[in-house]
Amino acid sequence: MNIAENYIGATTPSSPKTAYMLRLADNALILGQRLSEMCGHAPEMELDLALTNISLDLIGQAKLLFEHILTLEDLAPNADVLALTRPQDQYTNLLLVAQPNVDFAHIVLRQYLFSTMQKIQYEALLGSSDKTLAAIAEKSLKEIAYHIRFAKSWVLRLGDGTPESSERMADALDCLWRFTGEMFERDNIIEQAEVSGLSTDFTSSYEDWQMEVKDGLAEAGGLVAPEVGQMIMGGHKGQHDEHLGHILSDMQFMQLRHPGLQW
Amino acid sequence: MYSTDLRTDKEKKSADQQVLPTSSQNDAKLWDAFQKRIDKGDVIEAKDAMPEKYRATLLRQISQHAHSEIVGQLPEGNWVTRAPTLKRKLILLAKIQDEAGHGLYLYSAAETLGRSRDDMVADLLSGKAKYSTIFNYPAPCWADIGTIGWLVDGAAIVNQIPLCRCSYGPYARAMVRVCKEESFHQRQGYEIVTTLAQGTPEQKAMAQDSLNRFWWPSLMMFGPSDSASTHSSQNMKWKIKRHSNDVLRQRFIDATVPQAEILGLTIPDADLKWNEKRGSYDFGDIDWTEFWAVIKDGGLCGKDRIRARRAAAKDGVWVRAAAEAYVQKQSAKEQAA
Repeated sequence: MNIAENYIGATTPSSPKTAYMLRLADNALILGQRLSEMCGHAPEMELDLALTNISLDLIGQAKLLFEHILTLEDLAPNADVLALTRPQDQYTNLLLVAQPNVDFAHIVLRQYLFSTMQKIQYEALLGSSDKTLAAIAEKSLKEIAYHIRFAKSWVLRLGDGTPESSERMADALDCLWRFTGEMFERDNIIEQAEVSGLSTDFTSSYEDWQMEVKDGLAEAGGLVAPEVGQMIMGGHKGQHDEHLGHILSDMQFMQLRHPGLQW
Repeated sequence: MYSTDLRTDKEKKSADQQVLPTSSQNDAKLWDAFQKRIDKGDVIEAKDAMPEKYRATLLRQISQHAHSEIVGQLPEGNWVTRAPTLKRKLILLAKIQDEAGHGLYLYSAAETLGRSRDDMVADLLSGKAKYSTIFNYPAPCWADIGTIGWLVDGAAIVNQIPLCRCSYGPYARAMVRVCKEESFHQRQGYEIVTTLAQGTPEQKAMAQDSLNRFWWPSLMMFGPSDSASTHSSQNMKWKIKRHSNDVLRQRFIDATVPQAEILGLTIPDADLKWNEKRGSYDFGDIDWTEFWAVIKDGGLCGKDRIRARRAAAKDGVWVRAAAEAYVQKQSAKEQAA
């Protein structure tokens, strides 16, 4: 193929089903990418292994989802092009997963908030009309259980550890809490996913999730979720903050610099 | 190699003159009995009596090997966020995870000799302890990830397979597992280089450029010629070391040259030539000035590597303090209940 004459890129999903799956894939990919930045730099060697492990799980989940999407709609020539070449506004991940690795408190809190939601979101896929998606969810849930265990145990240690760790957790919570409302946001795509039997409604569990997480935070040295002006949305529509662009400039570097090649 | 003696002559002499804190050091009976066990092929375990020099040699070697695995995460980690495909990203992450795992159980093996991991890591961060010079070379190009797997892990295997029969049990057993994983690493590296060599001219040029940069430093990994070294012969007598640096280097070259030829890549050595009589490749002179210079000041990347490890350790201080405080609070609660 003459690369110069053929545009190699991905197109936007036309069906709500694939659009919904792309959200799931993008969440796993971007959070996996964020965690992979810690490889070789985590605050303890054991934590380096743990964070890399979670990153591996998430990127593995993303890969399965991207590959499955392509069997349903011809959005790109392969999963790598779909995952690694889209313009920023076509990534539909949550704003939360792109938040930076400010410190270990931010990392474990981000993981705790996301993974506890992801568990509910993926449980809603177990009876999906799409059997492959249900199987991916089932496999992922085993991994998610570990992610929650790891993240929660560290939220407890840091929240109820020293004055410094507690202060760092409070700062992380202050920064990240306003991104949690988006995780349960309802829109046309999610309603269509429910109507088609792709997923049951997981957004109705928002209050249960809040109760569970607030209990967990209270146990962590009495952390309290802050009052926020408003929950911040936008990721589902491709409206991102300043962080995603930097993630993409690394993540897309090779695919955009050398389009169409085998690696 | 990760475990090659990287001390300068001056450092070796100073260590020889050091009086080790044990009365058994001069206990001729212990030395004889110990050597007889070694000669018989016994495996020495952590709680067995051993000459202090044997313990000190192994501690230095195993901890240096552990440091190399941990620092070795960094040049490859440089490409994790930019890996060209999801599959390559997953493999690279898994591989680096293996290296970190090697580091952890090598530190554990070293701890059986009576020193804590924290102390060993402190020596790495202060610059007192050494690690393989190869990780002070940069990985500026994706092809380097292939080359590191192919050459660096390939060299590691050649060095470490004999260590599976090292006389010190905890180290030998660690090496068995390490070698299995290194074998996978070497093959994935060679597969990356193969893909590049069979790709576009630009990709093949990347692979060649990377080979040009990593070939000589890989040969240096085996350390200087040690045929005349008294330390080396003592280590052989103790079965810590089984072959000389030169023998292992030659074994690596003989295995690797045909692999490059199959891919149509050129080894950057004008003197490289098959020697029918020896049944081995002759090769050009290694620039040992560069080797000692990199040991001395870290070469191009050494400062960055240590700075990165120091930053990680510094980030860990408050995390560890929190974990310890939490445990104390929990046990106080349990006692009160």
